Amino acid sequence: MEHIVIIGNGISGVTAARHIRKLSDKKITIISSETEHFFSRTALMYVYMGHMKFEHLKPYEDWFWKKNRIELQQGFVKTIDVKSKTLHFTEGFTMTYDKLVITTGSKPNKFGWKGEDLNGVQGLYSKQDLENLEIYAPNNKTCRHAVIVGGGLIGIELAEMLNSRNIPVTFLVRESSFWNGVLPQSESEMLNKHIKNHHIDLRLSSNLKEIISDQNGKVKSIIIQETGEEISCDFVGLTTGVSPNIDFIKESEIETKKGVLVNRFLETSIPDIYAIGDCAEQREAIGNRPVIEAVWYTGRMMGETLAQTLCGNKLEYKPGHWFNSAKFFDIEYQTYGWVFPEPKENHAHFHWIHQDDSKCITMEYNTITNEFLGINTFGIRMRHEVFDTWLSEKQNIDYVISHLEAANFDPEFYKHFEKDIQASFKKTLQTI
Amino acid sequence: MSTKLNFSLSLAKPDQDLSTKQKVAVGLGAIGLFILFLAFLNIDFPNRVLFLSAALGLITIGTIVFANSAYLKKTEGIKNDGVWFKSISSRGILGWITGIILTAFYIVLYFYPQYLGLGMDGAANTGLISLFDPLSQLLSGRPASQWFVYGTFYTLAILIFGYKFLLKYRHNRYEQIRTGSVMFFQLAFAFLIPEFMYRLNSGLPYYDLKNIWPLNYYLFDEWSVKSFLSSGNIGLALLLFGIASIFIITPILTYKYGKRWYCSWVCGCGGLAETAGDSFRQLSDKSLKAWRLERWLVHTVLVFSVVMTIATVYTYLGYDSNDFWLTKGVFISLAIAFLSLVFLLTMIFKRDALGKDAKYGAIGYFITIALLLILYFTGTTHEVFFITSGNLRSAYGFYIGSIFSGVVGTGFYPIFGNRVWCRFGCPMAAILGFQQRLLSKFRITTNGGQCISCGNCSTYCEMGIDVRAYAQKGENIVRSSCVGCGICSAVCPRGVLKLENDSMKGRINPTEILLGNDVDLMDLINQK
Ligand SMILES: Cc1cc2nc3c(=O)[nH]c(=O)nc-3n(C[C@H](O)[C@H](O)[C@H](O)COP(=O)(O)OP(=O)(O)OC[C@H]3O[C@@H](n4cnc5c(N)ncnc54)[C@H](O)[C@@H]3O)c2cc1C
Ligand code: SF4
Ligand code: SF4
Repeated sequence: MEHIVIIGNGISGVTAARHIRKLSDKKITIISSETEHFFSRTALMYVYMGHMKFEHLKPYEDWFWKKNRIELQQGFVKTIDVKSKTLHFTEGFTMTYDKLVITTGSKPNKFGWKGEDLNGVQGLYSKQDLENLEIYAPNNKTCRHAVIVGGGLIGIELAEMLNSRNIPVTFLVRESSFWNGVLPQSESEMLNKHIKNHHIDLRLSSNLKEIISDQNGKVKSIIIQETGEEISCDFVGLTTGVSPNIDFIKESEIETKKGVLVNRFLETSIPDIYAIGDCAEQREAIGNRPVIEAVWYTGRMMGETLAQTLCGNKLEYKPGHWFNSAKFFDIEYQTYGWVFPEPKENHAHFHWIHQDDSKCITMEYNTITNEFLGINTFGIRMRHEVFDTWLSEKQNIDYVISHLEAANFDPEFYKHFEKDIQASFKKTLQTI
Repeated sequence: MSTKLNFSLSLAKPDQDLSTKQKVAVGLGAIGLFILFLAFLNIDFPNRVLFLSAALGLITIGTIVFANSAYLKKTEGIKNDGVWFKSISSRGILGWITGIILTAFYIVLYFYPQYLGLGMDGAANTGLISLFDPLSQLLSGRPASQWFVYGTFYTLAILIFGYKFLLKYRHNRYEQIRTGSVMFFQLAFAFLIPEFMYRLNSGLPYYDLKNIWPLNYYLFDEWSVKSFLSSGNIGLALLLFGIASIFIITPILTYKYGKRWYCSWVCGCGGLAETAGDSFRQLSDKSLKAWRLERWLVHTVLVFSVVMTIATVYTYLGYDSNDFWLTKGVFISLAIAFLSLVFLLTMIFKRDALGKDAKYGAIGYFITIALLLILYFTGTTHEVFFITSGNLRSAYGFYIGSIFSGVVGTGFYPIFGNRVWCRFGCPMAAILGFQQRLLSKFRITTNGGQCISCGNCSTYCEMGIDVRAYAQKGENIVRSSCVGCGICSAVCPRGVLKLENDSMKGRINPTEILLGNDVDLMDLINQK
């Protein structure tokens, strides 16, 4: 029986395994050095905030794996010997495979700051990170002040987490406005205000210079590059993005760049070895997508696709329209299609914002063809299916605006804003 | 089920200290409870009106102040911080203590009302119950009973914890309107109207219009039916309304809105669970095992209550059609015909939707019919199933009505979650759920591929439905037990879930590949 070995039990590896099991009878082994069972990394924050216990993060009950004949192996893969198709573990044992899937995910970035390895300085990615957080920032007595470096999605989650335990937070963001490398200015400004409303000390255009240690090798304070200001703190969260977690592969014959290089069939440079999820890097970008897509959904889609290939139905990775979502404290965000921080050439933005500063939408469209290209929506839930259809049909912006109600996904009895949005759209047309 | 004591507070865990204002609030509430406790110890207060008002008033004010300080100062949004750190809401010591006190209260209430001060054999009330005499006199003109005291507590709990819930979900209009509805139905229909009705027409039995058979399992008892019939047109109208409720009104509303119209908008048990029980919803068991147990238990109770009701009516019907057309024989035949019709229609039109459960449905049906036949061939006016009918009746009342719905259902809130009764024991929920699953426009729609499998929805589903298992497959949630509380949708951080009523077509949509991937792949796999 063919033995498929998957390194990594995150969403990509587990999705691949589940689908391979549905399609075939092959022997499947999933290896992980992190936790015995698959858990939802995206929900780590809720454990720290006390919304859930760690066991709630497991999407499948523990009996699931045995029932589906998916073997789980704990251990850390040290080297891959591609000639003999053997994995060597730090624990000393080995395992052979017929086909290998690399899904080792990401690791938090560090940029060589002085003091970045001190105690109390960490990223937020793994279960281990969560445990360390409980050691260095369990409450506001042990951690009187915390500093977060890096204004991205994980940074703001970490801010919300610490805030839930009444730990004062200073949030250093390199950009001049929160996440404005991704979001249009007005949305980003709305979030700046929302962050400050939660009593977070938001420092825009601020970089970390260095982290200073106390006598015991624990963080004592940090210094801001721009102003030279020293901020004393007991905890520093480094959330300046992630990069593929592939150090152990770099020494093998498998071709890598930032991530493990793959073609559209998710094949690496070595036959019978595949890579998916956060650790995979496309040789050529697919549409507007980055070559490394470190999000949950793409990991899952790659897993769904690769399972087909491994079970005899060779399939290209051909993701549909882009979508994503996040939550910034109390404000939910969803996006469908592409909205760029600045409209691309021959594109324009239509923007609507509610006066209470908790809801807004931005749509990007082509000014020549009027084709609707994408939407960012904050504080109003929208239907994925409807936008996916509109994007496929290449609907124009007028159509989308006038049919917006069909896309509303807010709970029943919620106030609707379509009329307001339509009126505001009319007004912008008149002023052009 | 993990019911281990959670010592979270004793370890170096995050602080869950109360603010000064909250401590004052707890103090006020405690004084109110203390007055009630003194009354329970049979201390006779000189001015009952004053002390009763003080007790209930202090409890109310305490809860309001506490809720205001917990939610009003914070921004609107999901407020579940620290739920699993707090002793009361995570099966910690406080949770267990509360559970034990509540359970003890229910046992005394049901089985030893004299300890609460109920005057036996016409004697005047003493103790706690006597404290409530003035209020009962005011409403219905008679002294209080243990049920009046209980009803007052119950209603008060729904109102004050309803207020807390309204603040907690003040960003969510679905939750606001729904909670307003349960508060209204409890206050008006369960508490005030029956008392007024007693005043107007003292022959009528206590009748809470929204309490529908089989939840109201004594509706068709001989004494109940007799007293309706002897109360003239109002009585007859009420009895007909009771019959219409279950056979006409319920099916229509459930078809249009799902069982939520009852379970989380109207029902009193649901009302208490949604308000006072809100802090415990995360304690429900989500395992597959619990789901299996749920289906066996709840349907057993349903079969039992159907057979029991038919048996009860059977005992007081006559043999001779010259006296009254509805004889024992006609009645049993009608009942069997009706059940068979429902069974056949289901099997003909909904066989697919039932899937593997069809087998269990068939078992349930045949057991029911067999029991009815045994009843017919062995039952007499006094005995059913060779047991004196009164005994069987009180056994049902004891095990289901008291032990299950009260002691376990409510007393164990802090241990098993707030919907134990609704999920495992309520025959009404079983009937509504059966219809919700097969013939209703209601479903929870999942939003394409947006789920991140975080687990908030499953954790906070009071009915123990593993919502995530559906959402992460992009599959709509069509489950008989869903009471439509809407909390899964509220707590979802990615906007994945929406409760809605839409057409029956495409309501159940099993998917393998989620939206967002290659369209060809989706077609290939999902069309199969
Ligand atoms: C806090 C946080 C919040 C997030 N929120 C969102 C969100 O809201 N939406 C979204 O789309 N994405 C989110 N993401 C990103 C998303 O979680 C990742 O894209 C996704 O989990 C990646 O899955 P994966 O399967 O590729 O890798 P991973 O989940 O990282 O799994 C890789 C596994 O492989 C193991 N491993 C690595 N190397 C070895 C080795 N040599 N031997 C053995 N085992 C090894 C690792 O320990 C790990 O368990 C979030 C990420 C974080 C950290
Ligand atoms: S599935 Fe959702 S709406 Fe239904 S009972 Fe559970 S939490 Fe409530
Ligand atoms: S809460 Fe939402 S995102 Fe989280 S598992 Fe449930 S449906 Fe998915």
